[in-house]
Amino acid sequence: MTRLLAFNAIVVALAVSLLGAIFGPIAVRRGRRDWLMYLYAAVYTNFVLVTVSTLALVYGLVSHDFSISYVAQVGSRATPTFYTIISLWGALEGSIVFWAWVLAMYAAAVVWFNRKREGNLVPYAATTLLVVALFFHVLLVGPANPFQPVFPVPFDGPGPNPLLQNHILMGVHPPLLYLGYVGLTVPFAFAVGAMLAGEVAGDDWIRLTRRWTITAWGFLTAAIIAGMWWSYEVLGWGGYWAWDPVENASFIPWLTVTAYLHSVMVQERRGMLKLWNLNLMVGTFVLTILGTFLTRSGIISSVHAFTQGTIGYYFLGFIALVLVAALFLVAGNSDKLASDGRLDAPLSRETAFLLQNLLFTTFMFTVLIGTLFPLVAEAVRGVKVSVGTPFFNRMSLPLMVALLFLMGVGPALPWKKGAGAELKGRLIPGAALGAVLAIAAVVAGARNAYSVLAFLFAGFALGVNAGEFVRGASARVAAHGEAWLVALARLVGANRRRYGGYIAHIGVVLVALGVAASSTFRTEQEATLKPGETVTVAGHTVRFKAAWGRQEPQREVIGATMELVKGGQVVATAEPRMNYYPTSQQPVPTPDVRSMLSGDLYFNLMAFKQDGSNVTIKVIWEPLVPWIWFGGFVLCFGAIVGVLPQRERRAAAAPALAGGEP
Amino acid sequence: MTTKRTKWGALAAVGVLVIAFGWLIYGGLDSNVVYFLTPKELLAKGAEGYDKPVRLGGQVKPGSVVWDEKALDLRFAVTDGTGEISVHSKGAPPQMFKDGQGVVVEGRYGRDGVFTSTSLMVKHSNEYKAPTKGERPSEMYKSLMKSAGT
Repeated sequence: MTRLLAFNAIVVALAVSLLGAIFGPIAVRRGRRDWLMYLYAAVYTNFVLVTVSTLALVYGLVSHDFSISYVAQVGSRATPTFYTIISLWGALEGSIVFWAWVLAMYAAAVVWFNRKREGNLVPYAATTLLVVALFFHVLLVGPANPFQPVFPVPFDGPGPNPLLQNHILMGVHPPLLYLGYVGLTVPFAFAVGAMLAGEVAGDDWIRLTRRWTITAWGFLTAAIIAGMWWSYEVLGWGGYWAWDPVENASFIPWLTVTAYLHSVMVQERRGMLKLWNLNLMVGTFVLTILGTFLTRSGIISSVHAFTQGTIGYYFLGFIALVLVAALFLVAGNSDKLASDGRLDAPLSRETAFLLQNLLFTTFMFTVLIGTLFPLVAEAVRGVKVSVGTPFFNRMSLPLMVALLFLMGVGPALPWKKGAGAELKGRLIPGAALGAVLAIAAVVAGARNAYSVLAFLFAGFALGVNAGEFVRGASARVAAHGEAWLVALARLVGANRRRYGGYIAHIGVVLVALGVAASSTFRTEQEATLKPGETVTVAGHTVRFKAAWGRQEPQREVIGATMELVKGGQVVATAEPRMNYYPTSQQPVPTPDVRSMLSGDLYFNLMAFKQDGSNVTIKVIWEPLVPWIWFGGFVLCFGAIVGVLPQRERRAAAAPALAGGEP
Repeated sequence: MTTKRTKWGALAAVGVLVIAFGWLIYGGLDSNVVYFLTPKELLAKGAEGYDKPVRLGGQVKPGSVVWDEKALDLRFAVTDGTGEISVHSKGAPPQMFKDGQGVVVEGRYGRDGVFTSTSLMVKHSNEYKAPTKGERPSEMYKSLMKSAGT
């Protein structure tokens, strides 16, 4: 019953999307604006139908309806309800359902907010959204159908993959990732809509989707950070980024959309880069589909890629279709894409954005090539290879360091004009802070050039970006006699996009500091300890108290109690464990982390004697790692500030603002 | 005329950048690609196989494991039935490490004929399989419970 409801809702949604996608262009061509309501109705109906299907699947999971193939594949009666619900995105088919649902939600919302706009941009964007939805419905009816009947109905199932039910962050990372990935379909649809409607000369498609793009970017950023956090808390190797294809798949479109967020400002202010921005958005969308293909088709085997099947060909076909269609559309609009402005001064904000885009694009190609190379090598030369971390580090460290530097210079440079005498005053606080951090790093023992440069430029960027807040607020204090906090709040409130951007920059600096410190100063100690014995790591003394075993409903747990000792007193305890799931021979290591402002103590249980007489434990001192997670929150806060509606400006308030340019 | 010249100049600059980028990528890939090899394949490479990043896959040769618990020093041999390579690794092996187990070690094959491993992974399929008798987690767990008296 549930199965039929869920499946038929998708079949009807497929038909509705198809009809809408055919009908929309006809209505526009005939100039029948009164018909557009049917196009929009298709978008809303699609949302309702996919919602019904998604809820039915969740109900099937929760009620352990093993007659549904997806439930039989990932469900189990012993799994706690929370992990049962989130197993919606634990395997291929369910995650496609979830994707289709998020897309339907975005499409319905963006069409609703823009339905009254004149012109053909919105109808064509709605059509594009329906075509993308159609692709996912085809997947759900064809190769990724989660609603196949199972007979005879099994009494119980295997449960979700142990790695995915071992940590609460698995409930956070995938939805954030999909909200980010799928959200990028909105600006893509408007870019295509602008090309179809011949409205590429203006920047309406950018302005109408600005908040949607920042929202999607914020979700994608949060997803990447949450993924790092998950990897750190669950995988037990004490790191958070391994240049794994799955991580790269989420990072590659992040690079292009981050480039886009900056380059659109050049188009809005100076009327340049119109062609570039269209291509950047089409490219970003293709990279999200490519990322889904890489992670979900099982083509690259890694922790996340559990599935295999024919679905890969559907993805490749869709990517080819999008690329060919985009090529024709760009070519058809090329006469309208001339620049209005030109680069006037080499030392201006525009130049900084151009360089930033160049570096981000280079970065994107580097990661993309490194990720795809093993596939090409296997297909062409028949050898199994992997591209190691050294390649990615060697290629990306110079880029990251240069980007940190640009992030410091860019906000200090004025638009259009060459830099004046004022520039020095804006750069000096940053330069001073950078020098202090770099010297501190060298004193602490950093010898790697990139590491020292990272501290130098991170401090520089922090100083300049924070300095912008100080300058703006102090100008307000001087002009209006406001209190400092009020002045700061009004400053940000009056120009949310600009200062939201600077907040995000500060978040990036915090992440960069965490990454630089933890990769430069990490120390680890592995020891086999009897109860009462201690090991010391980076000045922290840790004592092994006892090993223990425990039965939990869905798993068995073996753990070790570790005590952090300071001056003879136990100040904290940690319990690294191994979780045994009945479906897996391999125990899932479950490290425990004790966080301080200066860093994390990371405990991982490596091995134990069955009689409990000793355990082998790895203790890692991870300096500044909590700053990465905090920086992630700051980045998201920046996105939120940038998305919130602009406060109405009172006519008198504006001119006194420092810096002048928005 | 000037605009035309600027255009060519820009194209040339882009060309130079792309070539430089390609060269860097090529160099980076050439020296950092890690090959998946079995002992037989690695031995067949002869002198070319020394001191290159390799992922070596095979089984732990039964009876070859020497584990020093205090020094956290592990030596064993990886075999694929034909070839055999001795491996040296630091740190505790994964809990499932045992004779006959499929493993993947990452590291470099030294001229002294010993493969120095930087990472040791137990190979296991992602397919669900019922554990065989004797390696059921519950049995290990019970024996630990008994001895710990909890």
